Amino acid sequence: MGWLDVFRSEKKGSAQHAKERLQLVVAHRRSGHDDQPAYFPQLQQDLLAVLRKYVQVGDDAVQMEIEREGDLEVLELNITLPDSKH
Amino acid sequence: MAKIIVVTSGKGGVGKTTTAASFATGLAMRGNKTIVIDFDVGLRNLDLIMGCERRVVFDFINVIQGEANLKQAMIRDKRVENLYILAASQTRDKDALALEGVERTLNKLAEDFDYIVCDSPAGIETGAIMAMYFADEALVVTNPEVSSVRDSDRVLGMLSSKTKRAKEGADPVKEHLVVTRYAANRVGKGEMLSLSDINDILGIPLLGVIPESETVLNASNSGMPVALENNADAGHAYLDMVARFLGENRPMRFTEAKKGFLDRLMGR
Ligand SMILES: Nc1ncnc2c1ncn2[C@@H]1O[C@H](COP(=O)(O)OP(=O)(O)OP(=O)(O)O)[C@@H](O)[C@H]1O
Ligand SMILES: [Mg+2]
Repeated sequence: MGWLDVFRSEKKGSAQHAKERLQLVVAHRRSGHDDQPAYFPQLQQDLLAVLRKYVQVGDDAVQMEIEREGDLEVLELNITLPDSKH
Repeated sequence: MAKIIVVTSGKGGVGKTTTAASFATGLAMRGNKTIVIDFDVGLRNLDLIMGCERRVVFDFINVIQGEANLKQAMIRDKRVENLYILAASQTRDKDALALEGVERTLNKLAEDFDYIVCDSPAGIETGAIMAMYFADEALVVTNPEVSSVRDSDRVLGMLSSKTKRAKEGADPVKEHLVVTRYAANRVGKGEMLSLSDINDILGIPLLGVIPESETVLNASNSGMPVALENNADAGHAYLDMVARFLGENRPMRFTEAKKGFLDRLMGR
């Protein structure tokens, strides 16, 4: 490596970081879920994990919806269990 | 039948008015009968940028409220044939704009103009919705900077849900990306989002790139749309953009950093 390369070597600029962050917020808005609380996806994953201790369920077994009426917020949970074959 | 084009951004101060003024000027220079309307009620500035502030007698709101007719309110540009300006009101509050009145006025204008360019106010509220509501096409003005890009994305969401075309299920508003205040040297250093970054994130076709340039400030000081300045890089970029809008194939310019002495010495 020539001595000039010391000057040439580039730090990874902050623009790359900006791009990655923007891609996330844009994807979030475009998914149509941008009025949900930020913890929603994680809560959904946690609920799935708990459920799976007891039953085998698919990835879409837990549906969550938030309803707002005035200053009242209702979290609606819908859990679909697999057909039971006793 | 006129084509209605909104110049919008969400974020303030990114260059909407500068773009609306030069875009309309460029369209008129190419022989299209064009009117540019200031939708920024209470904060009018288009008249200053176009250099006709002392000729404003009646404004858009006066027309909507029936206090003046269009002929009285339209200001004919003295430099470019086919170019007209409709100023916003300084004094009214922004609720003076009503959808029904805007529609009536635009329909009237559509009878004898080729292009109606609507300069949107910043924000994502009534004023901005009013400006985009009847649009056929949109110039989404974006700076290479995080908050501007995010706001542009939100504006894209509004274009596809809050406009007349969206509500009536017609063909969607045609979206064009216009990147302004582009500082190629800072992009080169990785400090600022590049064109392809912005393109990747927003996913709409790029119509033009306007360099960060002091010619814009100089032009606005003298009330001259920068597109009319002969030696202005930003002006040339706007004229290129107009040509592309009209279907010509023009490569993007001003997207590479000018090389300094040290850069050439080190072969970068
Ligand atoms: N390409 C450019 N290079 C340098 N300065 C620019 C450029 N484009 C715009 N500006 C400057 O940025 C400022 C804001 O521009 P402008 O008024 O066009 O933005 P705007 O989006 O209409 O703002 P607002 O949201 O307040 O209506 C002005 O001072 C203008 O001179
Ligand atoms: Mg403006």
